[in-house]
Amino acid sequence: MYDFGLSFAFVVSSNPMLLTREQIENIAHLARLALQPAELPVYQQSLSAIFDFVGELDRADTANVAPMAHPLPGLSQRLRPDVVTETDRHEVYQRNAPQVAAGLYLVPKVIE
Amino acid sequence: MKIHTLTLAQLSKGLRAREFSSVDLVRGFLDRIDAHQPTLNAMITVMRDQALSAAEAADRELAAGRGGPLAGLPIVHKDLFCTEGVLTTCGSHMLDNFVSPYDATVVAKLKAAGAITLAKSNMDEFAMGSSNETSYFGPVRNPWNTDLVPGGSSGGSAAAVAARLVPAATATDTGGSIRQPAALCGVTGVKPTYGRVSRYGMIAFASSLDQGGVIAATAADAALILREMSGFDANDSTSVDMPVPDYMAGLDAPLAGMKIGLLKEFFDKGLDAENEKRIREALAIYERLGATLREVSLPNLPLSVPAYYVVAPAECSSNLARFDGVRFGHRAKDPRDLMDLYKRSRGEGFGAEVKRRIMTGTYVLSAGYYDAYYLKAQKVRQLISADFKRAFSEVDVLMGPTTPTPAFPIGAKTSDPITMYLNDIYTIGANLAGLPAMSIPCGFTAGLPVGLQIVGPHFSEGKLLNAAHVFQRETDWHTRVPERFS
Repeated sequence: MYDFGLSFAFVVSSNPMLLTREQIENIAHLARLALQPAELPVYQQSLSAIFDFVGELDRADTANVAPMAHPLPGLSQRLRPDVVTETDRHEVYQRNAPQVAAGLYLVPKVIE
Repeated sequence: MKIHTLTLAQLSKGLRAREFSSVDLVRGFLDRIDAHQPTLNAMITVMRDQALSAAEAADRELAAGRGGPLAGLPIVHKDLFCTEGVLTTCGSHMLDNFVSPYDATVVAKLKAAGAITLAKSNMDEFAMGSSNETSYFGPVRNPWNTDLVPGGSSGGSAAAVAARLVPAATATDTGGSIRQPAALCGVTGVKPTYGRVSRYGMIAFASSLDQGGVIAATAADAALILREMSGFDANDSTSVDMPVPDYMAGLDAPLAGMKIGLLKEFFDKGLDAENEKRIREALAIYERLGATLREVSLPNLPLSVPAYYVVAPAECSSNLARFDGVRFGHRAKDPRDLMDLYKRSRGEGFGAEVKRRIMTGTYVLSAGYYDAYYLKAQKVRQLISADFKRAFSEVDVLMGPTTPTPAFPIGAKTSDPITMYLNDIYTIGANLAGLPAMSIPCGFTAGLPVGLQIVGPHFSEGKLLNAAHVFQRETDWHTRVPERFS
């Protein structure tokens, strides 16, 4: 048994290494999120603090540890036979769609 | 008669004995929901007409001597359980126009057992929050002091049960979202083993952590609901195919000889001194009931919060990719092109905390960072899980506080996400390891409820409910109702 000498009284750094504005813009782009200019410094601050905080994980020795793949030991995702089980309910589902025509979801033109 | 002070078991008995009808009950609780909505904001959608016609049907069943185990009994669903033909918002602007085309398995099962849905409860947006302040529909207020938060993310369900607006409500727990609000509102909340309750139709946040459960006034009522909502479901690929025990049958088993582990790390710095006193007093009651106490250490447990804030956002960023403004949910006006449609629909539809978690998850999964964050966190999760396994080779259950402090003021922690995240320091471990856990009221500090947390090995819900029920036979904390709602 080993002890990290950790406790739940985390010391949260008030001056974490700041992500750059460009990094935040890049993350937002990858996540397909349009941010308002005023949101950028807020996320710059809080995401930097979060990554600093989760850096605590480096203190654990995980050299010979397998990553957890399922919360229940020995279980994995079940497969089912590849057969049709659902009936066609597209009209019901499409009632929630912002824009539909002839049973198709409409989006701005993709190919010129 | 004050129907709202009765337990589900008493209400069911009264229905069968024709002391009152289901319509009486449903109307009575609906009136309470409406009367206290301006104060508590516990609900997002109230289903008066549907509930009353379901109650009329239930009365006909009951009159004919039929009806399931929950026939005619009122319930509320957290607004992330899909309900056919009813608005299902997940507390978000993104889904504020979403009418679900189907019922979640939990909703269908409780309906089949005879329960009547009165309303959809308010919650943190996409279940991401510990105070109910991230809801697009405004914060829920704590019935014990309306200047305070009820906890989250199942704050609407917890506040509603605490104020006796409904006898029981469904809830979900990804990092503490059943137990933490149950503790802060002084009610009983059960987060079952991962896979015990179907996640089909539960709007996903973090799929390896999310688990549906129940909040009720008593452990016996929670057992009654849990028995009906649990069980295998082919529609959920992580649902576990194991028989559901009769949770009601084992409630009164004596606790003599039960080995209770006290988590050393839970009684460390950070725990409010008054909270600790209430927990120690509760533990003394367990000792008197014949249980033995022993300190155990889970050395990796302090890493559960950082591990969670990698794993949960990673899964969230992936799950919430489906909200793209195309098939359902909010769509931005006049998009220039497809990319603009995606980005503005998501930027406008999601609130600040949801965006923060999506970006956190996107970053930890992005090229070059996967090993350092996500893989590392999943390894730490394995260590935490092994710690629990070792502890359960020595003790039957673990006990400790559910939260470090009682309820805090609305607005007190919104500016610093990490301070907010640390509300869940005692609850997250059970999610990472997929374990069942519950919170029960064990006293008050300065007029605010304190919750005792009980954690057990996989599929030990029956043992947890037994420990909680026997405690509730000895104490009356679970019967306390804030004065203005009594």
